[in-house]
Amino acid sequence: MLEIEHLEVRYGSETAVADLSLAAHAGELITLVGPTGCGKTTTLQTVAGLTRPTRGTIRIGGRTVNGKRFVPPERRQTGLVFQSFALFPHLTVAENVGFRLDPAEPVEPWLAWLGVAEQRNAYPEALSGGQKQRVALARALAHRPELILLDEPLSNLDASLKDSLRWEIRNVLKEAGVPAIWVTHDQAEALSIGDRLGVMRDGVLEQIAEPDVCFHEPATRIVAEFLGEASFLPARARGGHLETPLGRVPSRHQEGEGEVLVRPDDLALIEDGAANGTVAWTRFEGGTRLFSVHLDCGPSVQLRTNHTLHHAPGERVHVAIDAGHPLTLFPGRVGEVEAPARPVAAAS
Amino acid sequence: MSYRLALVYGLSALIAAAVLLPVGVLLVLGAGSEVALGAQALEIALNTLLLTVLTTAAATLIGAPLALLTTYTDLPGRPLWTGLLAAPLAVPSYLGAFAYFAAAGPGGEIEALTGLATPSVDGLLGATLVLTLYTYPFVLLSTRAGLRNLDASTLDAARTLGMPLWTALLRVVLPRVKNSLAAGALLVALYTLSDFGTPAIMRLDTFTRAIFVEYNAFGLDRAALLSIGLLGLVAVVLLLEWVVGSTRERPGRTPRLHLGRGGAAACLAAIGLLLMAALGMPLGVFTLGVLREGAGSFDPAMLVRSASVSALAAAAAVLLALPVAYAATQGRVGRILERGTYVGFGVPGIVLGTALVVVGLRVDLLYQSIALLAFGYVVRFLPLAVGNIRAPLERTEQGLVSAARSLGASPGEAFRRVTLPLILPGLLAAGALVFLEVMRELPATLLLRPSGFETLATHLWEVYEAGYFGRAAVPALLLVAVSGVAVALMLRRERGNDDALT
Repeated sequence: MLEIEHLEVRYGSETAVADLSLAAHAGELITLVGPTGCGKTTTLQTVAGLTRPTRGTIRIGGRTVNGKRFVPPERRQTGLVFQSFALFPHLTVAENVGFRLDPAEPVEPWLAWLGVAEQRNAYPEALSGGQKQRVALARALAHRPELILLDEPLSNLDASLKDSLRWEIRNVLKEAGVPAIWVTHDQAEALSIGDRLGVMRDGVLEQIAEPDVCFHEPATRIVAEFLGEASFLPARARGGHLETPLGRVPSRHQEGEGEVLVRPDDLALIEDGAANGTVAWTRFEGGTRLFSVHLDCGPSVQLRTNHTLHHAPGERVHVAIDAGHPLTLFPGRVGEVEAPARPVAAAS
Repeated sequence: MSYRLALVYGLSALIAAAVLLPVGVLLVLGAGSEVALGAQALEIALNTLLLTVLTTAAATLIGAPLALLTTYTDLPGRPLWTGLLAAPLAVPSYLGAFAYFAAAGPGGEIEALTGLATPSVDGLLGATLVLTLYTYPFVLLSTRAGLRNLDASTLDAARTLGMPLWTALLRVVLPRVKNSLAAGALLVALYTLSDFGTPAIMRLDTFTRAIFVEYNAFGLDRAALLSIGLLGLVAVVLLLEWVVGSTRERPGRTPRLHLGRGGAAACLAAIGLLLMAALGMPLGVFTLGVLREGAGSFDPAMLVRSASVSALAAAAAVLLALPVAYAATQGRVGRILERGTYVGFGVPGIVLGTALVVVGLRVDLLYQSIALLAFGYVVRFLPLAVGNIRAPLERTEQGLVSAARSLGASPGEAFRRVTLPLILPGLLAAGALVFLEVMRELPATLLLRPSGFETLATHLWEVYEAGYFGRAAVPALLLVAVSGVAVALMLRRERGNDDALT
């Protein structure tokens, strides 16, 4: 298992990671997501011992590796899986996987497990991207790590391969029972594979929780906007509910007033009803259709419907809140419930 | 800082200091000297400047259009012509000077062979002619690289917007390759400033020739002062190089301009003429020499001596380049130390020789020793070795060493099992390049060799001084072959690096 407490990494005057704490338990897969330069890779490198922190404690398998004595990377037992694969080009697949294993120990089980047994005598340059990453993972696991660190493992691969390999790697990690930190900038990837999800920005861990909690109850607006399409409506808490211009919704027992986060699936278009907005644009997505509607009361919202429903830009529609769960209120700005309607823009 | 890193930095600092020592000695000697150079120095400076400016201009006027021709047109047989046009790099300019000196003028080979009187090739014009013939490939190759690295769709865009082709080339393409063009031109200037053989053979009093004359007259003080003057000019060129810098665009499509039958014929005629002058002439003169005199007078011991001292210098340069290149991948201090070792790149051979003679005179043990000669070579060619080792080292240091260490390998084990096998080709290439460059080096060898230690290059010089041209043929052809291999190696590695980037 891994414990990080109050980690800080600075390069000169620049803070790459600020006061980061998290723990990964046995067999747990944590995804760290955030835009480029948010400090997620630095965090990984610090755990691996490739970068030295300015402050904080890191414990791997109960052993402090950043205490009074700095433990070098080769004595940390962390398996690192790189975006660039980092396979040794002068060694075969089998030699890569058995890099520091006892020569008597067979590597075949590892190759078979990751489905690269046939390539055992091939050199890395002859492998496809997906095979390279399987070999890299086999190599990391074969060296019996306490912890696996994956640095954007899929970002050099084709989109079609990403989806299936993502699940394959997750299953292997789960089977191995080794805790893992998986860094990515792809929020869909982070949401779908992590047991827990950490969102980073500017070196700060904004939130770490189960993926659905991060999605529906984001700790900050940054988290809300990074994880998916987010619209905000003015709202005021009243008697266990939130009053919004579109009606009442269940609240999370929050008080006061501010703005409520609505995801495209929390809203619906009602056929019969007085129009309360104008379609700004629509985007066909295959099975669904995404609409942006400029509400008469001010804000614009995005909502997703079945693809059969069609309204052209400029058409008047009735938007209703249809959330089956409590919504999250971000206190602060005064609600604009009573504000007069602004002139409607033709398109946004 | 870890113990290992401190060791590597310490070693690199020592090497950098040793490399900088000769220049330091020279500056101290120059500052302490009380001789005056007078009006003669002014003439020398003027000659040097004139030769440099004329050669650079001429090489640019030849190299830049050739770059365009071999990159952007449908010239028949382009790859062949590109290779042949780069080949003059493989002829050390002193061999070219030697050939022209022997062939032209009254009593020259041409007159002996055909009875036609030709004007002598010597002085400022002769030196300019010879140096231009052997340096224009710098401009050609550098400009070609620039042209290939820019997306020329803009050329089509300009033309579809109504701009004539020539205007478009001048206004849309030229501004974007001017850095590459300037970089090539500055290399020509640097080569011309440093070259000893050509002005010496053409009897033009430039800094390099004057330094040699003073050295022979035991005027070390004056030689040192002249060396400082020359270093000043070199510093100006290096400063310009630094100012020019480099720009990089995302490579795109290369256009294929249609020459037409007449245009292609004219271009091929011009190329043929140039190649005759640069390659045909010296090869012809030396082959004629072999035919007439045979190889009987050639002493193979000379080749052995050349090869063994070159091998010694190559091994030493690679061994010393390793810690320097490694330090350069480890951080800013290392990069500064690496820069320090690049001084040899700018110090002309004749200047380096003078400085080390001064050192040798102070330390008896070193005077005219093989050790001092080899040290001179290392100073001169260490940058070549460092440059060739650094790139592969950088590639392994980035991810692979981290990967090895996260798998439990100590830094030593990671170096032995991952870095070393991967940089071995780079080490060999670096060694080979230094070996070949040392083989053809003339001025430092002339000044530093133990008496009686004759190499291919020095033998050529003695034959020239004795006026006994026929004997030069075999060593000259050997030197051309050796340089040919060196240039082919260098061009191939450059192309390899380009491929790795894209």
